[in-house]
Amino acid sequence: MWDEYLLPASLDEALEMLEGHGGEARIIAGGTDLVLQSQRGQCPAKVMVDITRIPGLDHIEERDGLIYIGAQVTHGRVAASPLMRSRAGVLVEACGSVGGPQIRNVGTLVGNVVNALPAADGAIALFALDAEVEVAERAGRRWTPIATLYAGVGLCTVDPCAAMITQLRFRALGKGEAGAFERLAKRRALVLPILNAAAIVGLKGNKVERARIAIGPVAQTPFVAAEAAEALVGRTPDEDRISRVAQLAAQAAQPRDSLLRGSAEYRKVMAGVLVRRALWRAVEAASLQEGEDANS
Amino acid sequence: MPTLKMILNGQEVFVDVEAGDLLADVLRDRLGLIGTKISCGEGECGACTVLVDGKAVDSCLYPALKVQGREVVTIEGLGEDNRLDPIQQAFVDKTAPQCGYCIPGMVISAKALLDENPHPTRQEIEEGISGNLCRCTGYYQIIEAIELAAERLAEKGGPK
Repeated sequence: MWDEYLLPASLDEALEMLEGHGGEARIIAGGTDLVLQSQRGQCPAKVMVDITRIPGLDHIEERDGLIYIGAQVTHGRVAASPLMRSRAGVLVEACGSVGGPQIRNVGTLVGNVVNALPAADGAIALFALDAEVEVAERAGRRWTPIATLYAGVGLCTVDPCAAMITQLRFRALGKGEAGAFERLAKRRALVLPILNAAAIVGLKGNKVERARIAIGPVAQTPFVAAEAAEALVGRTPDEDRISRVAQLAAQAAQPRDSLLRGSAEYRKVMAGVLVRRALWRAVEAASLQEGEDANS
Repeated sequence: MPTLKMILNGQEVFVDVEAGDLLADVLRDRLGLIGTKISCGEGECGACTVLVDGKAVDSCLYPALKVQGREVVTIEGLGEDNRLDPIQQAFVDKTAPQCGYCIPGMVISAKALLDENPHPTRQEIEEGISGNLCRCTGYYQIIEAIELAAERLAEKGGPK
């Protein structure tokens, strides 16, 4: 375990603490994964810099059509947020399926991303939402697409001993747009997913204008099935088309044999099933929503 | 050794801790509050559940110094003198405990749920305790106990 636990009161102070310890200190937020990693000797940091007391990192808000989520926001807060429910339901579903209530009350969505695991429920939804993250370093702050953070299983390109992610952002789902999240697991709570999938669909009339599909864990990093999604754009999303697109997504997915999660063969088939379900629910919700807007 | 200050079960407490201590260890080993159980030690069973600022957390995964200045409620903080909290009494009346090891965590999760949502549906109760494992009961009596506690608390005008 660590030797020192620090509670900085500002972002600058946190970054100074990291710098002052020359790689021996790292950022901690909820710590639900990090504490275990530290106990197992997988986290060599001697000093923990806890960012949960820093003002200005606990927001879930919409500005100019973009949703911003701060680094302190837990899965539980996302899952309970009315704004998120109306503007990014896919993320509500994903965050609501992580662990159990105790884990969701503590573990943060940004932490889910920093962990860089290809099965992370929140991250899969964020990939479907095409999110960006804001990285704060001593040199300043910058925005970068979420995919640039992933260098492999559990490998994040943002070094938590030198920098931190301050917030996430993505375009809020608007008129005629909706998403859905599907998860396959042995129980409904407290277990890691065998597979998960998120889909976003934007409709104009009866045609798909925009589609995005993310699947985990079927590669080293969260997998975006771009070609499959492209095969939906400009088409009428009927049952046949959705099944074909889901099949394309499953073909592109490359799950491995896993003692924990099942055989590659099984999971490849099930990836198609999950994507089909997610697309179907997304299309239904999007058309309902478009209808509502037309009536209002 | 850093000093941890918290409001524990309504009383201000100061306790010297190691920086690497987890909340469950501080409660059990430094303060002698052994009602909070440790079972899996990795956030999968909920036996160590306590409230921090009203929210249920797994104290076995919670760095102790995270609660600096915060309010913590453990199973020992429920009820008064020789009277059980209505949630505890409902667990007794419904014979919800069998071996009993998961029960302090279950009761705390039930309290977190009922404080936030005094009239939960059965599904909301199931979700409310979905972070707590019980290997004896199959959960039925526990769910019924929480339903009974909700009814009794409603008659008394709500939790707390």
